[in-house]
Amino acid sequence: MSLEGKVAVVTGASRGIGAEIAQQLAAQGASVACLATSANNAQGTVDKIVADGGNAAAYGCSVGEAESVEETFKQINADLGVPYCLVNNAGVTRDQLLIRMSEEDFDQVVQVNLKGAWLCAKAAARPMMKAREGRIINLTSVNGLHGAAGQTNYASSKAGVVGLTKSLAKELGARGITCNAIAPGFIQTDMTKDLDSGMKETVEGQTPIGRLGTPGDIAPAVVFLASLEAGFITGQVLTVDGGLYM
Amino acid sequence: MSDTTNKVQAIIADKLGVDVEEVVAGATFEALGADSLDMVEVTMELEQEFSISVSDEEAGAVKSVQDVFDIVAAKV
Repeated sequence: MSLEGKVAVVTGASRGIGAEIAQQLAAQGASVACLATSANNAQGTVDKIVADGGNAAAYGCSVGEAESVEETFKQINADLGVPYCLVNNAGVTRDQLLIRMSEEDFDQVVQVNLKGAWLCAKAAARPMMKAREGRIINLTSVNGLHGAAGQTNYASSKAGVVGLTKSLAKELGARGITCNAIAPGFIQTDMTKDLDSGMKETVEGQTPIGRLGTPGDIAPAVVFLASLEAGFITGQVLTVDGGLYM
Repeated sequence: MSDTTNKVQAIIADKLGVDVEEVVAGATFEALGADSLDMVEVTMELEQEFSISVSDEEAGAVKSVQDVFDIVAAKV
């Protein structure tokens, strides 16, 4: 499943799932644009890729802001070339029960998780259409499919990502561009590190595979969907959660 | 044949992947095999090339190559 000579863009590539995705795409030969809120934050991922003999560059980008996204993609085009693959991974949480959640907490999460994916897809779609090939992979979440108390903002944004994924699949399919979503379950990253251990044990107990996930469990699914061989798979949501939800 | 007409024909031919000889005034986009995405691409390319603005209504009413010639001629 070689991605030799292809350019991949990964948002939220500074750590966690995004960093792992960037590294595994680079390991397949892709030149990877690693996006984070500041180029400095993504540099660590770039350094690891380069140390392993891969090609990558760091970019600072606020994915929820149109101007920043347009500017970043222009720069990527100039530096690395036309993107073949876009991984919309950047995401934030501001968990709170509805009656205590501020409007700002809602807006901010939707802006990054949903609007950010939309803006990046918009920036990547035209060159992909021209090239008559492309892969857009959006990170949603099992909580976007099943809901979660305390995550009305996050779950809504992630459910929105599913609608975005399927609509893009229909709009862009005729141009050889596929669009799919990955729905991770409970993955051990900085985003989930503050959840209490009792909850983690409960989740572990309910997961058929019997453990929590790692970024290394998610990235191979992205690499597969990014491959040329996956060109007949589009509009799908692939849950990667150890069987927690079936 | 004006320079503008030639440019419009070249853009349409490029976006639809057809020979420029096929892009005659009387040809319909349906006959040229264009889908809705092609039409958006043609419109956006024309807007960029001629620094004009084409409304969704105008673009939606386009049936033939002549319709595009008329829109561009009225704006440049």
